[in-house]
Amino acid sequence: MEYQIIWFVLWAVLWAVYFMLDGFDFGVAMIQPFVAKSDAERRVVLNSIGPVWDGNEVWLITAGGATFAAFPTAYALMFSYMYTAMLLILFALIVRGVSLDFRGKGDGERWKSAWDRAFVVSSFLPSLLFGVAFGNIFRGLPMDAAGYHGNLLSLLNPYGLLTGVLFVLLFAVHGGLYLAIRTKGDIMVRSQNLAMKLWFPLFGIAVAFLVATAFATKLYDNYLSAPVLIVIPVIAVAALLAVGHFARRNESFKAFSASCVTIVMVVFTGVAGLFPNLIPSTLDPLYSLTIFNSSSSVYTLRIMTVVALIFVPIVIAYQIWVYRIFSERLSAEEIAGDKHAY
Amino acid sequence: MDDVVLLSRIQFAVTAAFHFIFVPLTLGLSWLIAYMEWRYVKTGDEMYLRMTKFWGKLFLINFALGVVTGITLEFQFGMNWAEYSKYVGDIFGSLLAIEATVAFFLESTFIGVWIFGWNRISKKLHAWCITIVAFATNMSALWILLANGWMQKPVGYVLRNGRAEMVDFWALVTNSYGWTKFLHTLTSAYILGAFFVMAIAAYHILKKSNVRLFKVSFRYAAVLALASSLLVLGSGDFHGVEIAKVQPTKFAAMESHWETKKGAGYPLIVVPDPDNERNAIEAVTIPNMLSLLAFHDPNAEVKGLRDFPKEDRPPVMITFLSFRLMVAMGMFFILVSLAAVYLSMRDKLEANPWFLKLMLYSLPIPYIGVQIGWIVAEVGRQPWAVYGVLRTADGVSKSVEPIQVIMSLIGFTLLYGTLAVIDFYLLKKYAKKGPDEDLTEFVKMTRV
Repeated sequence: MEYQIIWFVLWAVLWAVYFMLDGFDFGVAMIQPFVAKSDAERRVVLNSIGPVWDGNEVWLITAGGATFAAFPTAYALMFSYMYTAMLLILFALIVRGVSLDFRGKGDGERWKSAWDRAFVVSSFLPSLLFGVAFGNIFRGLPMDAAGYHGNLLSLLNPYGLLTGVLFVLLFAVHGGLYLAIRTKGDIMVRSQNLAMKLWFPLFGIAVAFLVATAFATKLYDNYLSAPVLIVIPVIAVAALLAVGHFARRNESFKAFSASCVTIVMVVFTGVAGLFPNLIPSTLDPLYSLTIFNSSSSVYTLRIMTVVALIFVPIVIAYQIWVYRIFSERLSAEEIAGDKHAY
Repeated sequence: MDDVVLLSRIQFAVTAAFHFIFVPLTLGLSWLIAYMEWRYVKTGDEMYLRMTKFWGKLFLINFALGVVTGITLEFQFGMNWAEYSKYVGDIFGSLLAIEATVAFFLESTFIGVWIFGWNRISKKLHAWCITIVAFATNMSALWILLANGWMQKPVGYVLRNGRAEMVDFWALVTNSYGWTKFLHTLTSAYILGAFFVMAIAAYHILKKSNVRLFKVSFRYAAVLALASSLLVLGSGDFHGVEIAKVQPTKFAAMESHWETKKGAGYPLIVVPDPDNERNAIEAVTIPNMLSLLAFHDPNAEVKGLRDFPKEDRPPVMITFLSFRLMVAMGMFFILVSLAAVYLSMRDKLEANPWFLKLMLYSLPIPYIGVQIGWIVAEVGRQPWAVYGVLRTADGVSKSVEPIQVIMSLIGFTLLYGTLAVIDFYLLKKYAKKGPDEDLTEFVKMTRV
């Protein structure tokens, strides 16, 4: 198999895993105002992701780094064309990280509530904007020989926004289910209920997304020429239905697992339709960035493949170990007495 | 286009310099904390636990900003330097991706275990976590500096398909420039970490709070400072020789050396006059010294700036001043560390409050030192982004408008300014507060 194709798959996997992991970090933050009523409960939310969010975020660094290494031209144009959107994501990620860390270290209610608000907003914004960015990648960007003909407002087209809302709801449900398996007491019940309620609009938006994709993008062309690919969106939909099914029966662990599968498969649904493009041009297919015209040399791709094959499994192994160490459920009562957590 | 170049350069300088306020402390302090925690594991003495937790708290406040400001640097190559990214992504991008995969994951995952794992894993495993973090941050630095080393001394590539393509990965990994730079940067970061500990320890010893704990902390840091400041000098000397060989324009700018000479002397007092391509004042010259420093040979020929076309020369004044100041600071670190080791080993710190005050007020010096070190390295490389291969001006994004960079620069300045104030406030608060008095309850909670 050609190395470009291997890296196309790896590229999709890295972004999908990033959204699957940081997705619940964003999600717990977005629903925090609705599920946490006291200071101790808000701390439960923070501490539920405390040990893992930083490691999750590195999947983004790696996904970005892999795009840079394997498809430098796509990396360069993706980030410079979507300058303002990337900048807002960046600012939000900076504030998110700091708000987790600093909230518990200052004094007074105002300090805490300021960081709480920052935490919510700085998690909502990247969820929305990553969705907008990927919606626009699926749709294609207005680019030709003269360069790029869009701006931040042109990114906020209906399809981009729809994908943004899809990401926000996916992550919110995902975060709710995560809290349902990592906490106990009132906060667990509220999270379960909220995830269940949010599932309905999520399902509606997901259907709208699948329909809109037929009109706004050319993603389905690949599905027509290689019908076997249809398995991917079918799994996505089945997993999403399973999320709703298990959530209603309070089988949160199964629901959360199904939600992981949903997120990964939603990303794969779009990316499978993109192939062999990384960013299609909406103006002229001649200027689409494909995995062949924007990739690194085969030598570099080979080196990177070796590095990825050795180290990514190691990373996955120790991250699973960490999730197991911190699998115990947290409660507001215990957190209130623990001065050594967030 | 020119505006975008200038604005993007300012933005890169601001965001990179800001990132490097936090990184060196992480690099140095992590090893000290690991050592403290291992002392606790070995002796069971609660003082070492209090010590670990006190320095650990400051470490984490600092670490958070180091992590979040690091993402900016990765994003920025694509956002502002798209042409650069396209041109060198094959090489530079790979090194960044490897850094994330082999080092940054390790660091970010195990720091989480270290912060939250006190009551979930054994004492030994917990000490291992901070040791892994220390190792991983240092590995991170290695890959980043190999990437930067390639920009200074490009190796293992060919120009093909309108870009630089990697042909020899091994040459990249063994690039001597990257390794000397790694040694020099790492040891200077250790100095910073050690001076940080000594300054805060000095404050508490002066206030007579937790004197035993802080005297021990001071001693560890003093030893690290002395060893590192000697290594900084040694690696700096090696580094200088390599610069003279592979980046003659940078070397000449560092020394404000205009005319090519054999057996060049080293004037101790220099006032550069870049407009007239000469030095206004040169005095107290040590004969043959510059040749000796540049090539370890008193009669070697040292190229002067006038031998290079104007458009290939870096800004002289800032490179020269930064370099001189950096060297002066290097000497200061050696002298002060010697005294610090002597006084703390002989238990004479309390008898010499003036020295403790000196240590306290010296805290900004290593911070300034590491910043101007980077100024020498990066300004001295100009006008090149990749020395001799790609000019900085040719690396900028074509699609980005000046207004976008103005807005982002304002955004970064406001955001980073705010974060700096908050970070400083928190560090000061917890540094002054001192260690937790009683950890008996906490120890009960932890596992054996």
